[in-house]
Amino acid sequence: MTTSQPSRHDRAGRRPGLILFAWLWVGAPLGYGLYELVRKAAQLFT
Amino acid sequence: MALPLAPPGWSRWLVPPAALSVHLSIGQAYAWSVFKPPLEAALGLSGTQSALPFQLGIVMLGLSAAFGGTLVERRGPRWAMAVALCCFSSGFLLAALGAWTEQYWLIVFGYGFVGGIGLGIGYISPVSTLIKWFPDRPGMATGIAIMGFGGGALIASPWSAQMLESFGADSGGIAMAFLVHGVTYAVFMSLGVLLVRVPRPSAAPVTGTPAEQATATTGPQVSANSAVRTPQFWCLWIVLCMNVTAGIGILEKAAPMITDFFADTSTPVSASAAAGFVALLSAANMAGRIGWSSTSDLIGRKNVYRLYLGAGALMYLLIASFGDSSKPLFICCALVILSFYGGGFATIPAYLKDLFGTYQVGAIHGRLLTAWSTAGVLGPLIVNWVADSQKDAGKSGSSLYGLSLGIMIGLLLVGFVANELIRPVHQRHHVPAQRKASDDDLAAKSA
Repeated sequence: MTTSQPSRHDRAGRRPGLILFAWLWVGAPLGYGLYELVRKAAQLFT
Repeated sequence: MALPLAPPGWSRWLVPPAALSVHLSIGQAYAWSVFKPPLEAALGLSGTQSALPFQLGIVMLGLSAAFGGTLVERRGPRWAMAVALCCFSSGFLLAALGAWTEQYWLIVFGYGFVGGIGLGIGYISPVSTLIKWFPDRPGMATGIAIMGFGGGALIASPWSAQMLESFGADSGGIAMAFLVHGVTYAVFMSLGVLLVRVPRPSAAPVTGTPAEQATATTGPQVSANSAVRTPQFWCLWIVLCMNVTAGIGILEKAAPMITDFFADTSTPVSASAAAGFVALLSAANMAGRIGWSSTSDLIGRKNVYRLYLGAGALMYLLIASFGDSSKPLFICCALVILSFYGGGFATIPAYLKDLFGTYQVGAIHGRLLTAWSTAGVLGPLIVNWVADSQKDAGKSGSSLYGLSLGIMIGLLLVGFVANELIRPVHQRHHVPAQRKASDDDLAAKSA
């Protein structure tokens, strides 16, 4: 079940700056957590 | 607080980060173990005592989600996120005061009771809003948010450890760490409160084929009070409870399990490698939440649970039969099981939406989370009791886990049967169209 077209909301109002800011807000700490996780997980193969 | 209706042009892609800001914060609960050793040393506590704030927090999560769900539906996601922010952050602040004054009961009350209410309300706060914004991909939308709950521990665990290293592990240092957590999470969660919006009934996203649009906006609508009287709700309750218990079976004993399985082989597993294995399991848990939940949008909810429960049982069988002969096989099976564990959590809201509609899906989800609380108690109890009894019986190595693995297979098969018994909800439970329309009108007017 995939979307064949963008939603009416997406077409009508794009707030690229706000969307980018919001995703960076949550993405940056998540990236830090994932980095720490990969470092720890690598110990399994050393 | 009025329902935060979206202004024209509001992008639905602003709602998942709003949900993530809350879930990434409250997911900190799973990193509580970082505070256990310093608390035990500073306040002279036992291991059981230092686990109390976390345990009370999880109990309060289940209770507040179950009893607060209807209120969350009525007051909307912004109110719920604001309540979650206040409770979760003030829980940390009270815990800071408790650590500073060396009053442990205040830490238990603050983090466990007050913070636990924040966990429950925060967990269900974005669910129904996300489903309404993404009627074409409800699995993916709720998967993103619930993945955040898994991700929260990944962030908090190293961050809290570094903070304790900087401030010191005495009561003053712990108090300072709690204080910084409370303030930082308040700021971080405020994004959710500010950004979350409910779609206007007339402006629901229009996506997909006409048939998909039709199923997204129509279909059965069942109230939370009626839902708990249907066999479908209780079948789903069993499905979630069995899936979570089986996942905990691996999670609870991951490090000692991999060490014991390969203790007598030519390639034993060191303590640091076992820690790496646990970290890898966390990654599989998180990836499963978004991956399998999104897959359910393509193959259907019932089929994806057939996979979690059926293939999950098969993975346990493989570990029990051949796990000690091949390390890659053991690791792969454990990773798949943990991805199913995460997927099970993340797909439930979309399954509820399919069965009961969007009318009060958040409240129904809240009540279903009592299955999680039950599994949270049941899973560790079974696994630890069996492991202790096998050790007392003089067993060692992989044979320590044979009975546990057998029990997990049995539980997954019970869940599989419960999933097979799920049928569409009978029409007598549906909310009359007029009542739903008047509720929608009321919501629109109150905005």
